[in-house]
Amino acid sequence: MIFTLVIHASPVQHQAPETALRFARALLEAGHTLHRVFFYRDGVFNGNALSSSAADEPCLPSDWRSLADEHKLDLVVCIAAAIRRGVLDSNEARRYDKTHHNLAEGFELSGLGQLIEAAIISDRVITFGGRG
Amino acid sequence: MSPEKQPTPKRFLLIFNSPPYGTSAARDLLDIALTCSVFEQNISLLFLGDGVLQLLSNQHSAPLRQKNLNALHSSLAMYDIEAVYAEDSALTYHGIEIDQLQINATELNTDAIKQLINEHDVVFTL
Repeated sequence: MIFTLVIHASPVQHQAPETALRFARALLEAGHTLHRVFFYRDGVFNGNALSSSAADEPCLPSDWRSLADEHKLDLVVCIAAAIRRGVLDSNEARRYDKTHHNLAEGFELSGLGQLIEAAIISDRVITFGGRG
Repeated sequence: MSPEKQPTPKRFLLIFNSPPYGTSAARDLLDIALTCSVFEQNISLLFLGDGVLQLLSNQHSAPLRQKNLNALHSSLAMYDIEAVYAEDSALTYHGIEIDQLQINATELNTDAIKQLINEHDVVFTL
């Protein structure tokens, strides 16, 4: 079965992204396909390379990247949501005249069209952190 | 990315649960609705609980420095988004008559809402 995951919540404030990560691992282990993980709203903070966790706490941006490297996953961060929240790649940093960029390796900025395309292709679309 | 035309459009249901201006939920879900429309999908909007407040006409959002949802809702027809549903008990709870709404909406009870959700392929909730 083809899955797409949608993540709306920040990994620091909500358990939802951690649950999504474990769900992603479980579906891949069960032999399913993960077409895309789409990060929307505060979910874009999952792609913040400057996130720094204490040594005994999880760091979701690097966990996502490891999983993406291992399974060639498509991690897409909503560009409009990301820019508003200060998660920029080098192109957007240049466009908005910012001196720094912080989109984590393994993630890509793109539009909501990537969410709808994924929903059209997938058999299941599962949302994490969708309330509030 | 250019939208590719699909042979059979999917049925998308977007469920609005939140009051209009306290969070970005209404705007963020409407952005998903408009993108679905660009991809020529079948779209229904369902307003549940405090979400029915989003539909009220005569909203004055300027003091909040927010864009007015009334204007956005009025433009939905241009995007072929016309299937709009509201939870009947939520309207009653908030003392809202159907003619106070900015756009035409069909009132649904709990059983009809269950059926509506079942009839759709993809559900997004905010």
